[in-house]
Amino acid sequence: MTDEKYSCPQTREQVIHLYFMEHRAKLLDVAAFLDRIDRARPVSDAVDFREAALKQAIQILIDGQAQRAKRVLDLLSDATTEIPQSAHGMKGASGAVRPAAGDAT
Amino acid sequence: MRYIDPHVHMVSRTTDDYQRMAMAGCIAITEPAFWAGFDRSSAQGFYDYYRQLTEFEPRRAALFGIKHFTWLCINPKEADDPAFARDVIALIPDFLKCENVMGIGEIGLNKNTKNEKIILEEQIALAETYNQLVLVHTPHLEDKRKGTRLIMDALSASHIDPGRILIDHVEEHTVAEVLDRGFWAGMTLYPDTKMTPQRATDVIEMYGSERIWMNSAGDWGCSDPLAVPKARIEMARRGHQMTLIDKVTLENPKAFLSQSAKFVLESDPK
Repeated sequence: MTDEKYSCPQTREQVIHLYFMEHRAKLLDVAAFLDRIDRARPVSDAVDFREAALKQAIQILIDGQAQRAKRVLDLLSDATTEIPQSAHGMKGASGAVRPAAGDAT
Repeated sequence: MRYIDPHVHMVSRTTDDYQRMAMAGCIAITEPAFWAGFDRSSAQGFYDYYRQLTEFEPRRAALFGIKHFTWLCINPKEADDPAFARDVIALIPDFLKCENVMGIGEIGLNKNTKNEKIILEEQIALAETYNQLVLVHTPHLEDKRKGTRLIMDALSASHIDPGRILIDHVEEHTVAEVLDRGFWAGMTLYPDTKMTPQRATDVIEMYGSERIWMNSAGDWGCSDPLAVPKARIEMARRGHQMTLIDKVTLENPKAFLSQSAKFVLESDPK
């Protein structure tokens, strides 16, 4: 890894000036998405694993530590080491780790 | 402005896209064999696809001055039936003689299964036997980190120089391991999954510009065949030097691909 501390050629002020509006809009998309979930009638008491993962990931954004993108991706990654024989009957990728049958969500 | 898109599935794109890419400065593409969005019902379906990649697409690209190269394999999504996959693999050696074939790709894993891994290993062996470059697909989303590690272990068990292997679709959680193990890394600029031009530029800033390239992986899904020139603009507006921009979008692809004697661009000195 290169000298990550100041590897961006812009000043901090220039980065904020260039990207603030774009990321303000993305943040509002996330906020509105969470509101939309709240406004939608649940079909069970269980919290969907993707919603739970998203809320966990949001904590990473504000913890003040580096490597946020990597740590969010790590959080959303399958950490198992088992290898099934075949993909037959398996569901498609969902973007977060699906709990195994019987696990609490 | 000149660039190479080293991973784009032009069989899924219109001729207009070739024209737009040429207007944006694209001088060459490489097109890996992939999953067409549906499973093919016979090995003959792959034979026809390989002919499209080696005969038809080079002619279509040439209409706009773009040099077309390709990679051949059975993709991991259709490799979960080993017997079927072997029938397809048996077709490949004859096509390796075609002048636009760069090597074996995009091989890899999809759901990280034993069946997929068996066929991955057999295609790695094929590349080794025929001394071919290798282009690797890594799984998407939550399967990526685990799959990337399984794939790298399988590749490291072969005798292929990691400098002749490019592992594609890296993201922030896989790029360091890929580079540390000596492989080349590809960043795919894809609107909903994978990387944005902004994140790809971040990765260059954090991990450097050695052994890394960017591609659009434009295909039949929501994707953008102009993603590489957009990344060039993103790097420029941040203040990166043109030499760095050219390195990751032109010179690095040339350096990796030139390991095949077949990779010759019209503008290159003889």
